[in-house]
Amino acid sequence: MASLTAPAEATTEAARSYLDHGAPLWRRVLLTREMAIIALLLAVIIVASAALPRFATPVTLGFLLLDVMPILLIALPMTCVIITGEIDLSVGSMVGLSSVLFGIMHQTGLSIPLAALIAVLAGIVGGAINGILVTAVGLPSLAVTIGTLALFRGLAVGLLGTTAITDFPRYWTQLAKAKIGDTGIPQVMIIFVLLVIIFAILLHFTTFGRGIYAIGLSPEAAHFSGIKVGRTKLILFILTGTIAALAGVYYTLRFGSSRGDNATGMELQVIAAVLLGGVSIFGGRGALHGVIAGVLLIGVLASALRLAGVTADVINIITGVLLILSVVTSSVLSWVQRRRARPRALSQGGSSAS
Amino acid sequence: MKIGITLRGVAAAAAVSLTLVASGCGGGGESGGNEASPGAAGSEAAENANLAITFVPKNLGNPYFDTSDKGGEEAISEFGGKYAEVGPAEASPDAQVSYINTLTQQQVGGIVISANDKKAIGDALQEARDAGIKVVTYDSDTEPEYRDLFVNQATAEGIAKVQIDMIAEQIGDSGEIAILSASANATNQNAWIELMKKELANHPNIKLVDTVYGNDKDQESFDKTAALLQSHPNLKGIIAPTTVGIAAAGRYLSTSKAKGKVALTGLGTPNQMRKYVQDGTVKEFALWNPHDLGYLAAYATKSLITGEIKGTEGDKFTAGKLGEYTVGADNTVVLGDPYKFNKDNIDQFKF
Amino acid sequence: MTSTEMLTPVEEGTSFSSRVGAIARARETGIVLAIAIVIIVTTIKNPTFLFSLDGWRDLLLTPSILVVLAIGEAIVIITRNVDLSVGSVLGLSAYLTGTLFIKFQGIPILAVFLISIVFGALLGLINGALVAFARVPALVITLGTLYAYRGIDVAWAGASLINASDLPPDFLALGTKTILTIPVLTIIALIVLIIGAWYMKNTRGGREFYAIGSDPAAAELYGLAVTKRVLSAFVVSGAAAGLAGVLYAARYGTVNSQAGLGFELDAVAAAVIGGVAIFGGSGTLWGAAFGAVLLLTINRALPVLGVPDFWQRAVVGVLIIGAIVLDRILALRQSRKLIEARDTAPAVVEMPVGAAEERGEGEEGDRG
Repeated sequence: MASLTAPAEATTEAARSYLDHGAPLWRRVLLTREMAIIALLLAVIIVASAALPRFATPVTLGFLLLDVMPILLIALPMTCVIITGEIDLSVGSMVGLSSVLFGIMHQTGLSIPLAALIAVLAGIVGGAINGILVTAVGLPSLAVTIGTLALFRGLAVGLLGTTAITDFPRYWTQLAKAKIGDTGIPQVMIIFVLLVIIFAILLHFTTFGRGIYAIGLSPEAAHFSGIKVGRTKLILFILTGTIAALAGVYYTLRFGSSRGDNATGMELQVIAAVLLGGVSIFGGRGALHGVIAGVLLIGVLASALRLAGVTADVINIITGVLLILSVVTSSVLSWVQRRRARPRALSQGGSSAS
Repeated sequence: MKIGITLRGVAAAAAVSLTLVASGCGGGGESGGNEASPGAAGSEAAENANLAITFVPKNLGNPYFDTSDKGGEEAISEFGGKYAEVGPAEASPDAQVSYINTLTQQQVGGIVISANDKKAIGDALQEARDAGIKVVTYDSDTEPEYRDLFVNQATAEGIAKVQIDMIAEQIGDSGEIAILSASANATNQNAWIELMKKELANHPNIKLVDTVYGNDKDQESFDKTAALLQSHPNLKGIIAPTTVGIAAAGRYLSTSKAKGKVALTGLGTPNQMRKYVQDGTVKEFALWNPHDLGYLAAYATKSLITGEIKGTEGDKFTAGKLGEYTVGADNTVVLGDPYKFNKDNIDQFKF
Repeated sequence: MTSTEMLTPVEEGTSFSSRVGAIARARETGIVLAIAIVIIVTTIKNPTFLFSLDGWRDLLLTPSILVVLAIGEAIVIITRNVDLSVGSVLGLSAYLTGTLFIKFQGIPILAVFLISIVFGALLGLINGALVAFARVPALVITLGTLYAYRGIDVAWAGASLINASDLPPDFLALGTKTILTIPVLTIIALIVLIIGAWYMKNTRGGREFYAIGSDPAAAELYGLAVTKRVLSAFVVSGAAAGLAGVLYAARYGTVNSQAGLGFELDAVAAAVIGGVAIFGGSGTLWGAAFGAVLLLTINRALPVLGVPDFWQRAVVGVLIIGAIVLDRILALRQSRKLIEARDTAPAVVEMPVGAAEERGEGEEGDRG
């Protein structure tokens, strides 16, 4: 089971919250963790637009989405990984490695699409390494991905040193930043929307997706229900690696620079956003709309604060505190829930709510 | 859960909104919109010209840029503009792009930037120029098409030659030398290193055995110096054309057995190098006055903003107390010549 | 997940338990062997790596900061948690050290040491309280404090930095002074190591850390003060990071807001390579210390061997993965041996046959 979670396993079950299927639909949809984050996001956007006149402009929107795009992309498969109770800390390094390979391949004469393909292949291989070590060898994902974090980053820096490849054709670097008409929304968002649809279908409308939740809730039970736990996790890790590589290609073209230490620390930003979006670190719970709202929330906050001249460190402090607050309050809330449930359970003659 | 979630959501929204309003409405307490908190530009000035100029050094926490940007600040307060300085903690090209983007959003009047890479920040700078912002590079250039003007501290040939001359003199014109540079993409250091290699053709007995990069980080430069001495036991001299690098190298050398045996020279600030000159680790090194560089760059930017000059060759403008300057080839303005510091004169300088 | 050592009845002198002891001990000796090989190979290529005063001094000096960090990290990992904020705590503590010397001219060096250690301990207390009381996974909490503490560091330091010339010369001399050719910083690290290792092995408190990491639910049922112990693990880790910050300031002299960036991963790597299992309950502080020495010695050896030191991170990655794969193989082999031993031993305790089968299944399929 979740091996790296709170010391007392007895409380992990209680820390989860289950959908109360007895409640009416509107309550089930609206009064959830995800909706709280979406509401918070909207509130922040409204306040920022009111307080900063330059905020609600296409220019700002464009930069914001361009900045936050890699995190948006990687957050999708990362959500699935965390729901199964695993974690992948190597995504930032994979972005860096893919960026380096992309740059090197292009420098040796390959066309951009071909170089990108090779970078994505590297992502598949990297994800497979993670997946095999976790599923076949049976190692804890935290340790494995700390190892591959160092390995991929090491390969990236080793291949390129501290030089940066910055010679990319204008056509492609402009394309990475191109906007849709006058709206300021970058064209790459189209790719993102496509991926969201794919992942939403995968997670909520297929048995594969049901399996993901089941594995997160109890790997043994899932295994005995016939779900192929190992294969599912392997596929998820490969997906994460692939999309991280894709994000790496985008990052390189957007910044016009392929460097060994690109995207250092990005994994932490992705995980922070995913957890903020309501996915439980214990596994078994979470939804995509909350995660997207979480990523956008951090992005909007950072963008607004930067525009207001607040320095980057304050943004980091706020991200860190938000992350801690979100996890602590959900823990406190479920504790409160348990306390309130107990007398109810007793009076009803011992019903399920734990 | 129901009440808890809604309450919590509202409370959190309120808390975050308060933070935003507090910071967004400006640290100085002005009402929202006009000016943001200190450190950002963006005032729709009552004057015609938007004299909000922001300096973007290679990285923050670098004493060389602290001095140069103070020079810029002095100039800006002289002509009544608005000074700001932003920059990344790490001297990497992509880090500067985000700051340039923010400045574009804030619609400042001018950006004065020392580039971490020749090309990578080009697109972002072009976007800024399209929005009407004047872009001036100082200290480290980009490709000429991305900026309006380049303020160079001295000619690249002069900077390269003075360092080769010094090391040749200090090691007796023969032996192995190594270069400890800043970041591998830095335009200025790379230009100087290229010219240094050419200049070495005039010194056939000196051999350049290695070039390492300290990334303008003190700890890294310190460790790289140690590694150089380890890997090349016959090393006679180190050239460090970066003020962070030479200070770290000096600190390592002065506590090691190589002190006095391995010569150290390059570009350094008097304040950082005073101790090592006095204890004999370093005989001589060179620099210009970074304060003047920032000062000149600020005035050049102002002239561009007010339309006094267009930035083409032959334009003349006045840079406050530094006098009149003319724009040279490639839209470049040169500050002056490098200056050598040694035990005899180092106490006269306080930067 | 569970340390199968707990199933072994400890009987002195049986060939089986001495074999188990050998496997456990082998990890530390393996690392020492690896360090020796690295040093020998590098010294053959360039004798000054070892046989020069500078080389010998640097060999011992460079790992000392990471050793202190790794010791604190190991204690936290042994309790089945992780502390990712140690890099940021180091940075804050180093900056605090510099600021103390600047603001209070003539402050005794010992006072600075103490203040920084207490400061680090307080920061660790915040981590520990959140983990122990709020029952939130340490990974998430320390991720948050990694961000938050680093942000505070940058906000405090701003663009300024502490220069070597701001620090008193005797403090800086600590960074390079040697006693009988052994650097003072290394001696400090050694003292911390010896005290820590003795505590973990020989006192009840130390054994309780192992128990909690091995099986938290059982530890709680057994009556151990789990909350207090987890709290103190994080306090120790924070204090170690505080001490490491002072050592950093003494060694490098210049401190800016980026000091210690990324050190937490090196600390975890050192512990994991040194045999501290990431799922808690096993490993020794000596192992973590040797892991740190191995990591940094390889780092220094690479350029001498002609490998650009850019590849150092990749080597670290391979080592980490190798270490945990090795751990897994050893654990599997050990559990198989124990099951064999149990199945072939004379039946002393009557156990229902079904339960024995179940437990055998549980061992293999349970992958935490």
